[in-house]
Amino acid sequence: MGMLISMRDWVDARFPMTKMWEEHLSKYYAPKNFNFWYFFGSLALLVLVIQIVTGIFLTMSYKPDAELAFASVEYIMRDVNWGWAIRYMHSTGASAFFIVVYLHMFRGLIYGSYRGPRELLWIFGMLIYLALMAEAFFGYLLPWGQMSYWGAQVIISLFGAIPGIGDDLSLWIRGDYVISDATLNRFFALHVIAVPLVLVGLVVVHILALHEVGSNNPDGVEIKKNKDENGIPKDGIPFHPYYSVKDIVGVVVFLIFFAFVMFFVPAGGGYFLEAPNFEPANPLKTPEHIAPVWYFTPYYAMLRAVTIDIGPLSAKFLGVIVMGGAIVIMFFLPWLDKSPVKSIRYRGPIYKIMLTLFVISFFVLGWLGTQGPTDIKTMMAQAGTIMYFAFFLLMPIYTKLEATKPVPDRVTFK
Amino acid sequence: MKKQLFAILLLMSPALALASAGGVHLDKANIDPTNKGSLQRGARTFVNYCMGCHSAKHQRYNRVARDLGMTDQDVIDNLMFTGEKVGDHMDIAMTPIAGKTYFGAAPPDLTLVSRVRGNDWLYTYLRTFYLDNSRPFGVNNQVFANVGMPNVLWELQGWQKPVYKTVTDDEGHEHQVLEALELVEAGSQTPAEFDRTVRDLVNFLDYMGEPIRQERQALGVKVILFLLVFFIVAYLLKKEFWKDIH
Repeated sequence: MGMLISMRDWVDARFPMTKMWEEHLSKYYAPKNFNFWYFFGSLALLVLVIQIVTGIFLTMSYKPDAELAFASVEYIMRDVNWGWAIRYMHSTGASAFFIVVYLHMFRGLIYGSYRGPRELLWIFGMLIYLALMAEAFFGYLLPWGQMSYWGAQVIISLFGAIPGIGDDLSLWIRGDYVISDATLNRFFALHVIAVPLVLVGLVVVHILALHEVGSNNPDGVEIKKNKDENGIPKDGIPFHPYYSVKDIVGVVVFLIFFAFVMFFVPAGGGYFLEAPNFEPANPLKTPEHIAPVWYFTPYYAMLRAVTIDIGPLSAKFLGVIVMGGAIVIMFFLPWLDKSPVKSIRYRGPIYKIMLTLFVISFFVLGWLGTQGPTDIKTMMAQAGTIMYFAFFLLMPIYTKLEATKPVPDRVTFK
Repeated sequence: MKKQLFAILLLMSPALALASAGGVHLDKANIDPTNKGSLQRGARTFVNYCMGCHSAKHQRYNRVARDLGMTDQDVIDNLMFTGEKVGDHMDIAMTPIAGKTYFGAAPPDLTLVSRVRGNDWLYTYLRTFYLDNSRPFGVNNQVFANVGMPNVLWELQGWQKPVYKTVTDDEGHEHQVLEALELVEAGSQTPAEFDRTVRDLVNFLDYMGEPIRQERQALGVKVILFLLVFFIVAYLLKKEFWKDIH
């Protein structure tokens, strides 16, 4: 024991080990009233680790070559020891990542976690979300199935809709006139090294920013305003051991869901692994119905909802603008919300109605994105898109006008 | 309670959505993946009738032996005819280019066909070839119109003739719609026997789509049972740490 302590002191004299441990875990004071919604941050970190570790093992047997890629995935599924488990963990992890991140973002939305002083924390989070979408897009090409190929074809062609530079830009992205071996190789590079590096870096700054300003909580009360004589927030408890043991419970529950999908429905009903993707990519055979993976479908539906040209701007380009705008607008959330309160608990009914409509529009758009377009479905997508944007664009008005309930000084348990 | 219910619904939402089926009615394959006899019969039908033109190039012969309860020698004696080694993939000599010349489209590799098409589709497809003189091989198919494939199972099934009915659509036009198939020349098997042959074949194709599935599900039960026990421990630990927090 004495030797361990002297070893610790030896390290501490040269590296801030104990200091970091205390700053981020044992003396990081988090509000004591976290509820169900506060599990998803640590779960997102867990899924990131799952993806990185399984990804490393997949690259040991995967071949980023248009001639070999599809067969190498089947080689992993059949001949590599535990290859099937590693691959299913990775494919289930991709969908799990988005489920967890969407729930994490929704938590931020309902409790106003994006409000000052956490604006930058929210922006780092949004950048993580963007990087995650890029990561998922690049990764989906790698199995080199029909949906990999044609899904990438559709998304890259969106860049072609940009007036003037569009064609050259999509040529530059593909590295060829069609999606080919060159595209697969660069997507592999981006998927396994470039984007993960960015992602890990962003996660670090996201957590650093969180620990600088402190966590929000379901009441939207700043616990740092009420400190005891030692300077410790009265409503704060050390992250470790309290939230480390609590998060373990969340991790186990999450893993039960995760294991259920991975071991019993790894294809996720055709949503996590799409059936046409079990057919090798064929540039000469377009599938009858191309749908992106479920986590992109709300935006895909918004893209297709735009059907009119305005002057020289094509409907497709305007659709790209709308789709991009749907994500960009979330960056501005901290400045769109003018309410004196943060948490949904103390807001009035108008906010709650708008939020409910927003959630409904997101789910409906997500469903529509998986469907082939019909007149009625396009109209539904247009209504959903308007609702989606109305939530954000009208926010300065309805949050300012609406009366709110009084916020308590201290956090509450509910 | 309401909030928890909502959260669970949110978590399950991807699973709640159902994959859509195509336009044609499909018969249920009702395969039994645990029936080794059925899988072995299906494997024999596959090598005898399908592997003339279709490969299963991701599947190894000795893996079939292992998973279907046979010895390597059983497989060498009954399923291998052209001098491959038992560890080889189930590949064929016909090249895709030659296949395209013969049939208009290269016969696809069938290792993963069950995951692309689904078992009910395969079961229906293989049983619904019917006589059609306008097609190069004299047959058409009910679920895959104008397919390039001949009815390779005809000596078992016999020949079927289409029965049409006339329907009037919303705009008053009359169409001939395929209503049923009628057996006009019997094969070596009765319809019930033939259905079983196809069911066994589909069972084998389903197995090839994911040879690990039985093992995966068996392991999944153990993993989830472990996690349930772990949950109790983790929950009690949390409760112990948190008992002073109010």
